[in-house]
Amino acid sequence: MNWLLDLTPDEWNAVRLSIKVATVAMIASLPPGILLALLLARGRFWGKTLLNGLVHLPLILPPVVTGYLLLLTFGRRGPAGAFLAEHFGIVFSFRWTGAALACGVMGFPLMVRAIRLSIEAVDRRIEAAAGTLGANPLWVFATITLPLILPGLIAGAILSFAKAMGEFGATITFVSNIPNETQTLPSAIYTFTQVPGGDAGALRLTLISIIISMVALIASEVLARRVGRRMDIE
Amino acid sequence: MTLSVDIRHSLGDFALEARFESAGRLTALFGPSGSGKSTLINLIAGLLRPNKGRIAVDGRVLVDTEARIFVPMHKRRIGMVFQDARLFPHMSVAGNLRYGRWFTPASERYAKMDAVVDLLGIGHLLDRRPAKLSGGERQRVAIGRALLASPKLLLMDEPLASLDEARKAEILPYIERLRDETKIPIVYVSHSVAEVARLASDVVVLSQGKVAASGPTEAIMQRLDLLPAEERGEGGAVLDTKVLRHDQAFGMTVLGSQAGEIRVPRLARPVGATVRLRIRARDVMIATEQPTGLSALNILAGTITAVRPGIGPTVEIAIDCNGAIVLARITEQSKHTLRLALGRQVFAVIKTVSFDSATTGAGLPVEADG
Repeated sequence: MNWLLDLTPDEWNAVRLSIKVATVAMIASLPPGILLALLLARGRFWGKTLLNGLVHLPLILPPVVTGYLLLLTFGRRGPAGAFLAEHFGIVFSFRWTGAALACGVMGFPLMVRAIRLSIEAVDRRIEAAAGTLGANPLWVFATITLPLILPGLIAGAILSFAKAMGEFGATITFVSNIPNETQTLPSAIYTFTQVPGGDAGALRLTLISIIISMVALIASEVLARRVGRRMDIE
Repeated sequence: MTLSVDIRHSLGDFALEARFESAGRLTALFGPSGSGKSTLINLIAGLLRPNKGRIAVDGRVLVDTEARIFVPMHKRRIGMVFQDARLFPHMSVAGNLRYGRWFTPASERYAKMDAVVDLLGIGHLLDRRPAKLSGGERQRVAIGRALLASPKLLLMDEPLASLDEARKAEILPYIERLRDETKIPIVYVSHSVAEVARLASDVVVLSQGKVAASGPTEAIMQRLDLLPAEERGEGGAVLDTKVLRHDQAFGMTVLGSQAGEIRVPRLARPVGATVRLRIRARDVMIATEQPTGLSALNILAGTITAVRPGIGPTVEIAIDCNGAIVLARITEQSKHTLRLALGRQVFAVIKTVSFDSATTGAGLPVEADG
């Protein structure tokens, strides 16, 4: 075990950065993810198919293309990037925040899909019952819909986290591969494979990557099962 | 309470056009499936928006399409009990019961948790999850949940339709208590003559999206022509009676009514209790003289006040027994042979065993208790 934990400071930084980036990507995706899932599951509006296609775009485009598009829009000279930097002081390009954005975007379709499916499975008649008891639509969502879709929410969040842990193409295109700033686990592994004698480091990081993913998966299973047991559907 | 409805609503091929007023303690919306009663109750609850029309409860306008008024369901303060209980699966029974209280202004909360739990006999279920309840228990919890939101009107949409006979018998007494012990007016949707006759003070009969008749239960239940074909055999007179005494030796209960004493199989009700008795028209025989040597125990003297053609080769004969109307359905041939006509003095004959729990409405008869 010793050789596994015997990481260089740069390797530790890559591990820490990856977890930070994936966590931020997951948490920041949740509110817009829920909103879009709701819109796609329940909304009836013109252009729904188009919106659905847009949400799924990162899933079908080559990651490099997504990364390049992010660079164009959220880069320092991109329209969104310039606006955010000027008014809110948020800078994405070549920062870890940019890595989180890229990872969030790449995992977004998976998250929306999981949440949407769970929203579609909710019995709307139960929500109507809450309405007759005096709950306005916002309260119905908070007290009935949200708890009922919790398993789907957890599944979507874990999918997004796992995708972020593994994201490589869009991240490296958008924010490059800067140690301590944007070098996530996959980028670090990639770097090791590009230099002579980097095999041991690549293997160490690979094993760590596997462990993190497995822990996340098992945690989500346990969580989902506990939630599921709490509310066996009638 | 007065409920006044005047609406027009269409759903695909189906058109509902209903206009009525009711001020009853328990108003039944009665009709076969597809007659529009569930649509109507959903319109009152605010789950549907009518194409056209007006609905008001006690003068408070809930919908008026002309004045562009539509009160959303969560502001109506109208409780609803659905056919499928629709309990919240992620909350305990207690959580379900408390849910509506959150949204009721403190000054308007009249329902007390302990009283409602007592009324419905659900005290032992409070910690359970809805998934662990029987169908009857679920429905009782659903009634309690609606009551604890302190509604101004309670709607019940076929609350017993998905339950078996034993479960129905379990819940009916609770609905009776609800009607008699709380002040909240109830609108009750049903296609069952047995439920309507037992529970309702007033009936609105719906047929193919239109109001066919409305009025007090006693009057409507005698109009066999208003009943759906498969329920017509259940129609007949509805009498309010009192338990006079129990006949221990023969296992019978003697009920006192305006029409006279009526013997029914032993009921599990105390002396003095009121029992709403339904006498199916098909169970009533007519004799022109006081019968002797007859096994039937109930013989009521009266005068024929109406003769109406029934379905097939039958006629319906209304007999005024000391002010209470008893309805008999007999064959055209019997009427002819006995020369039954208006004003004729006759005797209505009813076998004791023709009464069952569905018509005495006092729970299952207690059998073989000593």
